[in-house]
Amino acid sequence: MRISNIGLIIQILFFASLSLNAQVPIEENSGAASHHDSLQLESATPLHSEHPSVEKFNAGKLIIEHISDSHDWHIAGHFAVPLPIIIYSKERGLDIFISSKFEHGHKTYKGYMLENNHIKAVNELETIDAHEATVNSILTENLWDISITKNVTAMFVSIFIMLWVFISVAKAYVKNTGKAPKGLQSLIEPLIIFVRDDIAKSAIGEKKFKKYLPFLLTVFFFIWINNLLGLIPFAPFGANVTGNVAIGLTLAVIVFVITIVSANKNYWRHIIAMPGVPIGVLVLLTPIEIFGMFLKPFVLMIRLFANMLAGHIIALSFFSLIFIFAEMNVGLGFGVSILSIAFTVFMGMLELLVAFLQAYVFTLLAAMYFGSAVEEHHHEEVH
Amino acid sequence: MELVKPAFGLLFWMCISFGIILFILKKFAWTPILNMLNEREVSIQKALDSAENARIAIRELQDNNERILQEARAERDLLLKDAREIREKMISDAKNIANKEGERLLKSARENIQNEKSAAITELKNQVATLSIEIAEKILKSELSSDEKQKTLVNTLLQDVNLN
Repeated sequence: MRISNIGLIIQILFFASLSLNAQVPIEENSGAASHHDSLQLESATPLHSEHPSVEKFNAGKLIIEHISDSHDWHIAGHFAVPLPIIIYSKERGLDIFISSKFEHGHKTYKGYMLENNHIKAVNELETIDAHEATVNSILTENLWDISITKNVTAMFVSIFIMLWVFISVAKAYVKNTGKAPKGLQSLIEPLIIFVRDDIAKSAIGEKKFKKYLPFLLTVFFFIWINNLLGLIPFAPFGANVTGNVAIGLTLAVIVFVITIVSANKNYWRHIIAMPGVPIGVLVLLTPIEIFGMFLKPFVLMIRLFANMLAGHIIALSFFSLIFIFAEMNVGLGFGVSILSIAFTVFMGMLELLVAFLQAYVFTLLAAMYFGSAVEEHHHEEVH
Repeated sequence: MELVKPAFGLLFWMCISFGIILFILKKFAWTPILNMLNEREVSIQKALDSAENARIAIRELQDNNERILQEARAERDLLLKDAREIREKMISDAKNIANKEGERLLKSARENIQNEKSAAITELKNQVATLSIEIAEKILKSELSSDEKQKTLVNTLLQDVNLN
């Protein structure tokens, strides 16, 4: 009940602010569409000529801008929040400044410039026009860019939410010892029990699941909450955190490391020399098993990242259809918007499911890998 | 291509922040929550178990009560039956005794009556004999009081003899 309400709110917010985020001709479109039809194009043309930067709607650009990381956080229209740049190089040391110093890539600052959302080192240390600067490619190669980007900020936000939620829930547990759960506690508890019983206990086994439970719970809620926050379309949410390959990579590497560290003799025997398999086959099988050992976490990463990325792209694509058609004909755009919104609602619902499903699948597979790593050798007939 | 190339900055912050959140949540959230959940499950299980035990105990108690009641009822029936038997026996005994006593009394009464009767008869016989003798004496005395009378008598008697 509660979750479906939250879903509904997310949906409403999603549309409300997609229209804000889509900086392009939304004003001309929605304001005038009801009054004139084909004449609208004429009235729109002079507007476009006044703002040459937004004269043509580019769906691909909008989508890419949304799903990729950036050094400022676009809120609405031309308003964006600049984010801190933290950059280190051996030659120049540590530099921390705010991304607005770059003036959207038009200026250099302290010998750096912003090009296509990438920081590049330039030879000129004083602030000059970016178009006149010369890129120092050797220095650029050796830059360590640990800026607080949009995704990092969104991740911090999600982490604060998680800390707040779970620590307050934990306090509630301590406070309400021996009482029935209530409020946030009763929302979170079934999920914790779900992860504990249906993921950890069933995949790892009764004896050893306890050791992995904190990690599995953290991963589950981290992915799920970030997925959900990614569906909320306004700052400081709506960033494509889980759809970023770096997040999936980090989580997958941690899963891999935990699997390898906790792997027992039985696991290694199955990888290096599968029992009951003739030597001739082993020559073929062992490389495959070793490859599979790395492939498993890799697939984990790809699955999470691709699913979440695809969800964002599809939702935005449906929405972009409105503006693509509106550019041909405003009436058409208005008509398509109904269809688009219907599709986006559908996709949003699906994404709510996917948000949970991806968290579940990632956690379940991680638990299964841990389970296979600590499984005791007891049955031959399985192979 | 940019989409599938992990950015170093994000990797860096992700590692740090995930590590921190894992540590903090493990220490301050998961451990207490899971412990509490466990405790609660254990206590619920205990409560259920004790309820079950109580149910069993109550049933045993009820069975016991039922059994005691049955026994009491059986005993009561037995007592009643005994009492009835005793009563009947007492009544019949009393009847028997009374009958016997009555018969004995009747018999002795009859014997007494018989004895009294025979004694009375004997006495009556004696008195009748005495009276008869006295009467005969008186008659004889009157019959033989004069000579004439004696001669008449002798004649009457002699007439009766008829000398044949």
